[in-house]
Amino acid sequence: MCPVHVPDGFFDAPTSVATGLIAAGAVGFSLQRANREIRETGPALAGLTAAFVFAVQMVNFPVGAGTSGHLLGGALAAALVGPWTAVLVMSTVLLVQGLLFADGGLTALGTNITLMGLITVLVGYFLTRAALRAMPRRVGSVVPAATLGALVSVPVAALAFTGLYAIGGAVDIPLGKLATAMVGWHVLVGIGEAVITAAVLSAVVATRPDLVYAARHLQQNLVLVDADGNTSTVSPDKPIAAKPAGRSLGVGIALTLVVAGGLSLFASARPDGLEFVGAKLGFESAAKHSAAGGSPLADYGVSGFGNSQVSGALAGIIGVLVTIVLGLAIAKLASLRAHKAS
Amino acid sequence: MSGDGLLVAVDSRVHRVPAQVKLVALFVFVLAVVSTPAAAFWAFAAYAVMLVAAVVVAKLPALVVSRRLAVETPFIVFALLLPFVATGPTVTVLGVDFSESGVLGAWNVLAKGTLGVVAAILLSATTGPRDVLAGLERLRLPSTLVAILSFMVRYLSVVSDDLHRMRIARESRGYAGGRVGHLKAVAGGVGALFVRSFERGERVHLAMQSRGYAGRMPLLSVAGATRAQWLEGLTISLVAVVIAVVARLVGL
Repeated sequence: MCPVHVPDGFFDAPTSVATGLIAAGAVGFSLQRANREIRETGPALAGLTAAFVFAVQMVNFPVGAGTSGHLLGGALAAALVGPWTAVLVMSTVLLVQGLLFADGGLTALGTNITLMGLITVLVGYFLTRAALRAMPRRVGSVVPAATLGALVSVPVAALAFTGLYAIGGAVDIPLGKLATAMVGWHVLVGIGEAVITAAVLSAVVATRPDLVYAARHLQQNLVLVDADGNTSTVSPDKPIAAKPAGRSLGVGIALTLVVAGGLSLFASARPDGLEFVGAKLGFESAAKHSAAGGSPLADYGVSGFGNSQVSGALAGIIGVLVTIVLGLAIAKLASLRAHKAS
Repeated sequence: MSGDGLLVAVDSRVHRVPAQVKLVALFVFVLAVVSTPAAAFWAFAAYAVMLVAAVVVAKLPALVVSRRLAVETPFIVFALLLPFVATGPTVTVLGVDFSESGVLGAWNVLAKGTLGVVAAILLSATTGPRDVLAGLERLRLPSTLVAILSFMVRYLSVVSDDLHRMRIARESRGYAGGRVGHLKAVAGGVGALFVRSFERGERVHLAMQSRGYAGRMPLLSVAGATRAQWLEGLTISLVAVVIAVVARLVGL
């Protein structure tokens, strides 16, 4: 079974809208970052890569023990065309699946893009780059590096799913159980993903190593010998540098904060369907609190504020800020290491 | 895979609604469904009746719609598991303990998921891929993204056919897949498919440049929608919003 798209109704409306905004922000940011590249190579290339990912997701790969696996493709796409183009490619694939093939709910599109288009791609790519630094500086090293990226990216996405479920899941399942089941199952899926990614990537490295984005900086200099026997070395084409993050990031953060705060007002204004039914049927007092019950953000309110709506909005804003700070820290760490290595 | 996606090519009032209106209508409708409390059964019945009416008006064969509902299957399995894993007070039916919130949650996922899938089928069966893209462009999706989307949709059948031919070639050489030893053959084909797709992308871009492409695609969309068309297309969605609001206020 391939990991499936989240349908409508799996997460409550505020979570769906919030992940939708994260996805829209990520796509906008990736468009900015990949802009120069896309201007150079054309949108046709990204479109064809998306068609490739779409087609390959339907291929049955024999992955051992008599089972076959499907490819999600996030880590593979990131290694092949770079993280920002890969985010665009994966989002395109998910958009087409949702709109033209009715696969994956439309309100869950943001969730699906966040989990499968953003998290798998970025986790896969940064792990690949990190692993490459520890390996011999050869193009071939990209295969084990990307294998590691693919292996980890899938359980991380599953963990992110569990996290989202803790925030906006429609039913209270014990989180520990859910996390164990999701991560346990997706470690298996991740092994399949890793095997397939390695096999496909090594086939590309064997024929056109120059196409593998994650390994472009590892290409050897070309040695030219002219008719008189003089040798000279020529460095291969430099990859097109991505555009540095600019004002767009600030605007995106500001917008996200405003909306997250506003949405949280909505979220806490009325009890949710389940809680309401619980109260009606008189078993609310018996209802168990989620694992996050002790955390300061439990039940979407910041303790110490009398007004539940204000505290709900604050919780939303704090949640976004924490996410952004964590994300930026990870990105910074990755880029610092990249500078050190090169 | 045909280049037309899932389009059912008949003429109906739903087919004639401009794509951008249908996209907004679909989004509003699904959002209304998702924000309806799970226990408001009457609201879901009303949504279902409206959707079925739309499917009938769109002249979609019931068999086609029900067959396409199959994408939902994995989540039905998940939903059926919910009553057993969720916490909270339980009810005992025939000696088996079900979690009450789990039963409600299963209903929640099933009802909302099914309504969402049927609504999405309604869009994809009444709107061609090209029109969906034109609609997205009208809704101000960034032009680069629309361009990527349109190339993907345009070349989807080409790439799928490439893959299909490779599979025939591979299987006629005895690598039918299934055994681990065949992974290398299957993956080799997929790797070659990537190289082919990439090189095709480069060629397409060069061809476009030699024909005067300067970074902007020509617009896909022709005409905007009139107010009457917006109103007609959004009817169901607006009713759904009213139902959702009422269901939230009343609670049951």
